[in-house]
Amino acid sequence: MAAFRSTERYIASRDLEVAVNAAIALQRPLLVKGEPGTGKTVLAHEVARSLGYRLIDWHIKSTTKAQHGLYEYDAVARLRDGQLGDPRVHDIANYIVRGKLWEAFESPDPVVVLIDEVDKADIEFPNDLLLELDRMQFHVYETRQTVVAKRRPIVIITSNNEKELPDAFLRRCFFHYIRFPDRETMERIVQAHYPDLRKDLVREALNVFFQIREVPGLKKKPATSELLDWLKLLMVEDLPPEALRAKEGKLIIPPLYGALLKNEQDVHLFERLAFLSRRAGA
Amino acid sequence: MFATFILALRQAGLPVSLTEYLTLLGAMKARVAAYDLDDFYYLSRAALVKDERHLDRFDRIFGEVFRGLERPPGAPEGEIPEEWLRLVAEKVLTPEEMARIEALGGFEALMETLRRRLAEQEGRHQGGSKWIGTGGTSPFGAYGYNPEGVRIGQDGSRHRRAVKVWDRREFRDLDDDVEIGTRNMKIALRRLRRFAREGAATELDMPGTIRSTAHNAGTLDLRLVPERRNAVKVLLLLDIGGSMDDHVRISSELFSAARSEFKHLVHFYFHNCPYERLWRSNRRRRDETVPTAEVLRTYGPDYKLVIVGDASMSPYEITQVGGSVEHWNEESGRAWLERLTGHFRRSAWLNPVPQDFWGHTRSIGMVGEIMEGRMFPLTLRGLDDMARELVR
Ligand SMILES: Nc1ncnc2c1ncn2[C@@H]1O[C@H](COP(=O)(O)OP(=O)(O)OP(=O)(O)O)[C@@H](O)[C@H]1O
Ligand SMILES: [Mg+2]
Repeated sequence: MAAFRSTERYIASRDLEVAVNAAIALQRPLLVKGEPGTGKTVLAHEVARSLGYRLIDWHIKSTTKAQHGLYEYDAVARLRDGQLGDPRVHDIANYIVRGKLWEAFESPDPVVVLIDEVDKADIEFPNDLLLELDRMQFHVYETRQTVVAKRRPIVIITSNNEKELPDAFLRRCFFHYIRFPDRETMERIVQAHYPDLRKDLVREALNVFFQIREVPGLKKKPATSELLDWLKLLMVEDLPPEALRAKEGKLIIPPLYGALLKNEQDVHLFERLAFLSRRAGA
Repeated sequence: MFATFILALRQAGLPVSLTEYLTLLGAMKARVAAYDLDDFYYLSRAALVKDERHLDRFDRIFGEVFRGLERPPGAPEGEIPEEWLRLVAEKVLTPEEMARIEALGGFEALMETLRRRLAEQEGRHQGGSKWIGTGGTSPFGAYGYNPEGVRIGQDGSRHRRAVKVWDRREFRDLDDDVEIGTRNMKIALRRLRRFAREGAATELDMPGTIRSTAHNAGTLDLRLVPERRNAVKVLLLLDIGGSMDDHVRISSELFSAARSEFKHLVHFYFHNCPYERLWRSNRRRRDETVPTAEVLRTYGPDYKLVIVGDASMSPYEITQVGGSVEHWNEESGRAWLERLTGHFRRSAWLNPVPQDFWGHTRSIGMVGEIMEGRMFPLTLRGLDDMARELVR
């Protein structure tokens, strides 16, 4: 049986490995939740990569309907062709547009399907996909055919928890909540992305990073993706570790902090706190 | 086999169903977590918990049910104390399975087999670490899986930790003890939806197309209309007076449900009874006020007014000029309430106080009267009734 493991590029904790492998073994969807930027989307990519499967990425938006993942019937195009006398018009199949799940079900090679940000869709969306994900098949009324998955794809679903998901849907999934990485894990993630980064710079940068995450009242705490962006900027600017060092654990305003705090209110809050902290020390 | 575990989880309020239980058994049969208690913990967590707020409770129950199933610290490597083994078996095996073990020769025989197997394995793997009973050959293996993960030998540092993973309770801060989610509320609020077509024309208008095609003597003339969207507008007024403290949770659930259901949702706060000023933000009540008159000017009569409050106050706060406990009000609360309900075509009051107690507080009756009976308890049923009333 194919198994997923933490890789050089993607640091997966043991519990995540077990959850992914359970989903693979039982061919059930895996629902992944967690703070933004904790590697939910990248996980699906890495699972596909490490198993050597193709990834089919279905990104959900607020207007996405379950049916879009199966197929759409383009009646308008057919009407138009009929008017123009196009011979294609006689075969309704010419106007059936396949969705991502159809593509996945048809694939002769094993695939990983990523249903990204499922919570963005309407509250009924997951319910509308229950049967299709359960049986891995669906019926096309227009052509009276049933599309059955050649091989059950591995399905990874991510959510930021903006909306609660229906119980019936949850019962069918394995679930994993990605906890925010602790310092040691974060060091490994940084190492995975920037193997050549100076150790002392990483250490100072992580000090600053975790300190900022502790600041109370932030609307959007910086996460892994912000940290990686920031480190990249620090590297480009070739800043020395000393530039990040705080005196006696005080809050400093680190260089290029715009990469860490993206919300204007957060920036103001942070600047104010750093100012107070500096004055208290003076 | 894990009936006790599942039952304990359900008793703690985790919605574990048969489906999940079977999934877990299936995964164990597929050897997703073979012979390792930590992996078993991770696997059962992934199969049985579907909400991060329940993770901490799960950890607690797991710890209680499986306590003592690990090799006790200090026990010599490779030695399984019989007492411990018996404990394991009693905890995880059903009476039928126990009977089968007895049939195999009882615990003594089981012990002996385990011991022999361990010796064989250690020989074969040159000191390499292996769990007893791999390959389904041990008496426990015959049952598909040994949940107690008989820990003999070692597997790197991962397993040599002092504290068990579940005992670390790393998800503690996620458990806010919200039993009922907001989903049901959202469903109830859906009654309020009113669809209207707005935005870009993207949907085929069938009747329009047929009409206009016929008009063209058969030459197709496609007509498009904008998609139907939920166009209902809601103005929410939330009481944040001291007596509302008991109802904070349900009120904030209602608020978050409403926010995700309605695109046009405006909310303000008040204290006990709305007067001439409302607050924009809960935290900064002192500085961010809006004149109620301005709210009436800004939001048209088509907004549905929903007031959430316990309506529990001194009657003076409703009837008297200057009756407010917080400030000098030039006009009575009643006057403001009547102005609000007069302006908005549809309005209702949601009360988190259980309906049975409404009779005990005079002000609740008074407010109910001003609302002309449109006061509903803040329950799913009440929400449903309110929604019905507001779409009439
Ligand atoms: N465990 C990890 N190992 C390696 N890289 C990681 C890990 N976690 C996060 N990253 C990196 O962090 C960045 C953000 O990850 P990703 O986009 O998958 O987050 P997300 O959880 O999907 O966020 P969102 O909720 O905003 O969609 C990526 O660049 C990814 O490579
Ligand atoms: Mg993502």
